[in-house]
Amino acid sequence: MSEDALFAEVLDPANRADPYPIYARLRRTPVSRQRDGAYVVSTHAAIRSLLFDPRLSSEDLPPSRRPRTGNPLTDWVLNPIKNRVANAHRPLIFRDPPAHDTLRGFVMNEFTIARVNGLHGRVGALVDTLIEQCRGRDTVCLVDDLSYPLPVAVICELLGVPEADEPQFHAWATQLATALEPDARRDDEARRVTVTTFDAIAAYMRRLIREKRRHPGDDMLSGLARPGRAGAPAMGDVDLIATAVLLLVAGHETTVNLITNGMLTLLRHPHELDRLKADPERAPRLIEELLRYEPPVHFRTRKALGAIEIAGTTIPKGAPVILLFASGNRDPERFADPDRFDPDRADNQHFGFGGGLHYCVGAPLARIEAEIALVTLCRRLVRPTLLDDPPPYRAGASLRGPSNLGIRIAGIA
Amino acid sequence: MTGDPGIVIVGASLAGLRGAEALREGGYDGPLTLVGDEPYRPYDRPPLSKHVLAGELPPEATALPQQRPLRAHWRLGQPATALDRTRKAIRLGDGSEVPYTKLLIATGARARPWPGEGAHLAGVFTIRGRDDAAALRLALARPPKHVLVIGAGLIGCEAASCCRDLGVPVTLADPNPTPLARVLGTLVGGTIVECLRRADVAYRAGTKVRALMGEGGHVAGAHLHDGGLIETDCVIVALGAVRDTEWLAQGGLRADAGGLTCDAACRALTRAGDPDPDIGAAGDVARWPNPLYGGREMTVEHWGNAVEQAAHAARSLLRPDDPRPYRHLPAFWSSQFGINIKAVGLAEGADAVAIVQGDRAAQRYLAVYGRSGRSIAAVSFDQARWLPSYADRIAEGAAFPPILDATDQGRVEILAPGFPPARPGPAADERMREMAHV
Amino acid sequence: MRVVVDLNRCQGYAQCCYAAPDSFELRGHEILFYDPAPPDEARPRIERAQQACPVRAISIEPASLDREDAL
Repeated sequence: MSEDALFAEVLDPANRADPYPIYARLRRTPVSRQRDGAYVVSTHAAIRSLLFDPRLSSEDLPPSRRPRTGNPLTDWVLNPIKNRVANAHRPLIFRDPPAHDTLRGFVMNEFTIARVNGLHGRVGALVDTLIEQCRGRDTVCLVDDLSYPLPVAVICELLGVPEADEPQFHAWATQLATALEPDARRDDEARRVTVTTFDAIAAYMRRLIREKRRHPGDDMLSGLARPGRAGAPAMGDVDLIATAVLLLVAGHETTVNLITNGMLTLLRHPHELDRLKADPERAPRLIEELLRYEPPVHFRTRKALGAIEIAGTTIPKGAPVILLFASGNRDPERFADPDRFDPDRADNQHFGFGGGLHYCVGAPLARIEAEIALVTLCRRLVRPTLLDDPPPYRAGASLRGPSNLGIRIAGIA
Repeated sequence: MTGDPGIVIVGASLAGLRGAEALREGGYDGPLTLVGDEPYRPYDRPPLSKHVLAGELPPEATALPQQRPLRAHWRLGQPATALDRTRKAIRLGDGSEVPYTKLLIATGARARPWPGEGAHLAGVFTIRGRDDAAALRLALARPPKHVLVIGAGLIGCEAASCCRDLGVPVTLADPNPTPLARVLGTLVGGTIVECLRRADVAYRAGTKVRALMGEGGHVAGAHLHDGGLIETDCVIVALGAVRDTEWLAQGGLRADAGGLTCDAACRALTRAGDPDPDIGAAGDVARWPNPLYGGREMTVEHWGNAVEQAAHAARSLLRPDDPRPYRHLPAFWSSQFGINIKAVGLAEGADAVAIVQGDRAAQRYLAVYGRSGRSIAAVSFDQARWLPSYADRIAEGAAFPPILDATDQGRVEILAPGFPPARPGPAADERMREMAHV
Repeated sequence: MRVVVDLNRCQGYAQCCYAAPDSFELRGHEILFYDPAPPDEARPRIERAQQACPVRAISIEPASLDREDAL
């Protein structure tokens, strides 16, 4: 395999279950040019350096293009306007400062410590209910039974999105998450579907926000939609919708992987499962190690605003750059015995939530959900064993995780 | 083990503690003694001029965590008064002698006292140690009618910021047109002028205090060189620090008011210029040729240097066969007026500065300093997450300005940094040594 | 117990503030204020904060120190 085709291998679904040997080969060239002109960054040092490099822009989404409808008014007037608006108001993960900082500031004002930590009890109750629903069965399908419904219920509650509407936007969320996948970005048809999906979910959000303004609740969306207080500008409606969609999708598509990857890893390391069961205080370390060892997001893409010299390579201006976090997490130059799952690892400075300006907003919530879910699963599933190893995987190479995880159990404790 | 006095560390502050930890971590298992002139176990100084003054932290809360067992003898409350290298012993204030096999000198620095008339009046304070901060805190809690801060360096500005948070009227006096002029230049210092204006601090630029005068033993005002008078009942003297090297005068080492000179591996140099392999030095007191600056000798009075240099000097003591140069990019932080200021490199001596990211008007930006076409330092105001990238460029000696085509970058203008002319008085090399000092 | 944060490393990610809100507080955009001497019962939360710090800036005195530090 030639080096400039290695990232294509990463994207190949056949390698989804174990991309790590490909990452190891990529790391031989810390910044490696791929055939399509993208630069893959795979060592810890190079990723760290580029995470803080202001010449890497997050505004790398291809321009929005709404599909032709045959209606001249729509095709020549309305859609071009919609395209322009969408391009100018991407959600904050696709924005650079200063717009990014402003938008993130609005979100952080509502993602308060009290609000997030206040979800503890609710998460615990949800986990118990979801596990209780498996009683009487000899198999748990972890994604359907817990890893997916839990974060969805939590994000709905946090944002103030009626959970009853969830079946409606379930598929939307899955589709929109493909914006992070290079293959889907390149595929014209996939992009058209994404745009249509965005319009659908945006219309839903617009209605919901109007509703929140009429009847504000104690939720994030009501907070974000509140008119600015004296002197403080509020978020514009288009940004507000983009932000709400982002939070909803992120809540759907990331924590699910953390929980499923976590349980998969524990089932592959039964000794660690037993230790966690015996001592739940191990959870914080264990979760950080999970974020290193099997992170929910494997890579993010950027665009070089100027030529960047790094690790003996010059990334030319305009080139796509792929920060391969999951590979940096397995870099032997940074982590001793990196392919070993070791919650007692010291100095575990991983990229599980990215880093720099775009460090995951939801990290504290993801930690809470993963901890409660994993600790409770370890305590309550009686003699859990993996049905299939490796399990089947979801399509995403960036948002990577099992599509299902069959666990045989001898009961619910 | 009898007869081996082991390693003695003089100075029980951050560098002394981290040096001791590094010795143990490096496998040193013999006797270890820490000598400190204050009666306290090592404590953290940065909070003293911020949260301790503000009354948010009691002074004793600043005790530093000890990260590993040291099994050390602590000789606290006793300053070292003399070094005898031939007999390999140090003398303490109480006259006792402490022999050593190896010595790590981390005596640091102390606040430069008010050099003029009125230094001993009640109501005149410096901020360096725990007791200083505790005394000043008591005074601020009363509160005074007015505080005069002399010296608008980092400590002076932080103190002024705290006083305003407490609602105490403050005058900040400095000979330079803006605060932090020597550290960051007047262009960047202009941001602090804005902060002072907003916080209602009276900044007296171009002001030199000649003498403090008192009434009934308590400070009542400050006479200025231009004949003016500032009435005040509380004075904070923030004129930087002087290094604690007097005790080394007879030790046969290259020590003076500018510090103790070391080789690149942080081993003290004898008068003859050879390193003494049994004596290392670290922290504010250590002057060493920094390879990152072409071997220019410098002392760096910052937290990060105390930590890293202590570890380096400890290693040099344990591995005399393998001395390695200590390469260090100075860095500091300060929080004042609600803004987080972080800097890397040494800005003083820069001939150019450029705002490379953010917005100076919004007081959220990143500035890079250049000298002879090289990038030498960077400072961020509430923009810390980009700073590592500039630190890397500065460490590799990149051209100035280092990063163009950045996000959030307007048209990059090369401006004059506005460093004040060199201080009259101390010799030029002395000033160079003080470049990193604040 | 004793805590110190390397504020050169700290970049204001605020993960410690979520993990141990009684001991860590972010002020303004990125000023971290923390309690360097939290009560012993806060240790589990402080350790959580230490684990969650993306730049590993938080140092804590080990609980076993007093026992092992004796001469």
